[in-house]
Amino acid sequence: MPEPQLCDISVPGRRGMRYPAVDVPKSELPAGLVREELPLPEISEVDVVRHFTRLSQLNYAIDLGMYPLGSCTMKYNPKVNEDAARLSGFALIHPLQPVDTVQGALALMYELQEMLKEIGGFPAVSLQPAAGAHGELTGVLIIRAYHRDRGDTQRKKILIPDSAHGTNPATSAMAGMEVVQLPSDARGNIDLEALRSHCDERLAGLMLTNPNTLGLFEENILEITEMVHAAGGLVYGDGANMNALLGIARPGDLGIDVLHYNLHKTFSTPHGGGGPGSGPVGVSELLADFLPAPVVTIVEEGDEEIPPLYGYSTPAKSIGRVKAFYGHFGMFVRAYTYIRMYGPDGLRKVSEHAVLNANYLRVLLKDTYRVPYDRVCMHEFVAEGRWADAPDIHALDVAKRLMDFDFHPPTNYFPLIVPEALMIEPTETESKETLDAFAAAMLRIAEEARNNPDILHSAPHQTPVGRLDEVKAAKELVLCCGVSAPAI
Amino acid sequence: MNIPGDLKYTKNDEWLQIEGNTGTIGITDYAQDQLSDIVFVEVLVAEGDEVRQGDSCATVESVKAAADVYMPVSGKIIAVNEALADTPEKVNSDPYGEAWMVKLQMGNPDEVAGLMDADAYEKYCAEREH
Repeated sequence: MPEPQLCDISVPGRRGMRYPAVDVPKSELPAGLVREELPLPEISEVDVVRHFTRLSQLNYAIDLGMYPLGSCTMKYNPKVNEDAARLSGFALIHPLQPVDTVQGALALMYELQEMLKEIGGFPAVSLQPAAGAHGELTGVLIIRAYHRDRGDTQRKKILIPDSAHGTNPATSAMAGMEVVQLPSDARGNIDLEALRSHCDERLAGLMLTNPNTLGLFEENILEITEMVHAAGGLVYGDGANMNALLGIARPGDLGIDVLHYNLHKTFSTPHGGGGPGSGPVGVSELLADFLPAPVVTIVEEGDEEIPPLYGYSTPAKSIGRVKAFYGHFGMFVRAYTYIRMYGPDGLRKVSEHAVLNANYLRVLLKDTYRVPYDRVCMHEFVAEGRWADAPDIHALDVAKRLMDFDFHPPTNYFPLIVPEALMIEPTETESKETLDAFAAAMLRIAEEARNNPDILHSAPHQTPVGRLDEVKAAKELVLCCGVSAPAI
Repeated sequence: MNIPGDLKYTKNDEWLQIEGNTGTIGITDYAQDQLSDIVFVEVLVAEGDEVRQGDSCATVESVKAAADVYMPVSGKIIAVNEALADTPEKVNSDPYGEAWMVKLQMGNPDEVAGLMDADAYEKYCAEREH
């Protein structure tokens, strides 16, 4: 490794900071919690700063280059979001403050709820869930609560297309549901006959991603939601791919009953290591009473001179809290800023450009990388990283080689229904020049796959570390490093 | 690709070996090749469990993906391969031998008729290639 770990640069007795003398009464820890040895690294401040600065320079990020990680919507995160989130009235408040001292924050949450309602076509929204999969779990718990409330306790079956996000089955299992997988048809849509055969009195709901993980719009969406509703089930929408729909189609209008939004994807809040995520849920009228509590409401209407008084309320049949306090508030500020900066027309352009960029890349690449469901895509598409005349080359090799051209690899080996899948989502924030450079790198790699396969097998070559041993990493987990305690 | 002639196969790439009324279950060479390096195997059933055809009986995880293994037939579990937890790589090196996952007393012999023989399975695998 080019950068040592903190425990490796520890020197006994060295320290970066000293605590001031205790000026409050000392209270002893319970005896059982007191340790004699606590082998933490001992390092000076400057060495800690240099360590993390060097690590940050070894890292790859959206601020360094294109990050076409399919289904993750790694769009540029505008810096104005950060300005807003650092305003002291937002950054320095505490969730336990009396509500009359945080009216600005509550107003922002209320307005964000309203904007998400409008964007998704839902009458009610809760901002609580901490991220996408958490929003899914919240949504499925709402579906479960709805059926139980009606005394319809036999509805345990959740249908999930084979093109769904991997978190969907996990979510359903965690909510105590029974998962049934639905096949896709030749155009990448849900197989309607398979769906019909499962629409019975045990059906709790269908979890649907639209556009699906093939990047394709579900062409029979209205027929699907009608079929599920007619059988007494509900439709969950996975909002991970909302970046294709802003201002164009509203999930609520398509018959979806509950949907999570990914603020960290569609609405440009930091993602991955820069998180945390945020996964608000929107619901139809039928489910509004079941939303997690609290939601922000207007307690007293304002008038032309006095703003309204905001407060919290608990929906009548709420599934309860799903998160401490009120969700990831810092993300609400960023998403609110993003939505306000673009406005309705701007958001529609976001999606139009996301779809245009994906289709531009798809057309540039499809004669070289097979696209198994070859129709106009939405915000992303899935290609195969395999060729009959380069049998030893896999999608993984293509992905690793891309790093040598300063691009983050696409999502690979997902969705599972495409062999050697490379799932490419450029997002709207990349310029034509960047898309052209990415396509050129992909085409060159395809040539190398035939002419110089070894350079792919041993890639990456230009990164701080070369090809990692993923098998060893998965089997021999080393999750913490410790400074060995000095012998007494 | 290795497809032994004396086994039965499922569309989900499990194999079933039948000896009298005893069935032995694992995943095929094709499945292990698709999954690539297997790093984790968890058998989800225990000796004595009654299982139905299509029930999930194990989870296999590779560096690329996780996959469920389903019961090709119904019956009562009589043995599980405990050793696989420590040696998941056997699924790659010996999918039809040391990497068997569960054995069962088959409950419904009629179910076997719905499984593929080696020829049918070979065609099924070829369809999924180029």
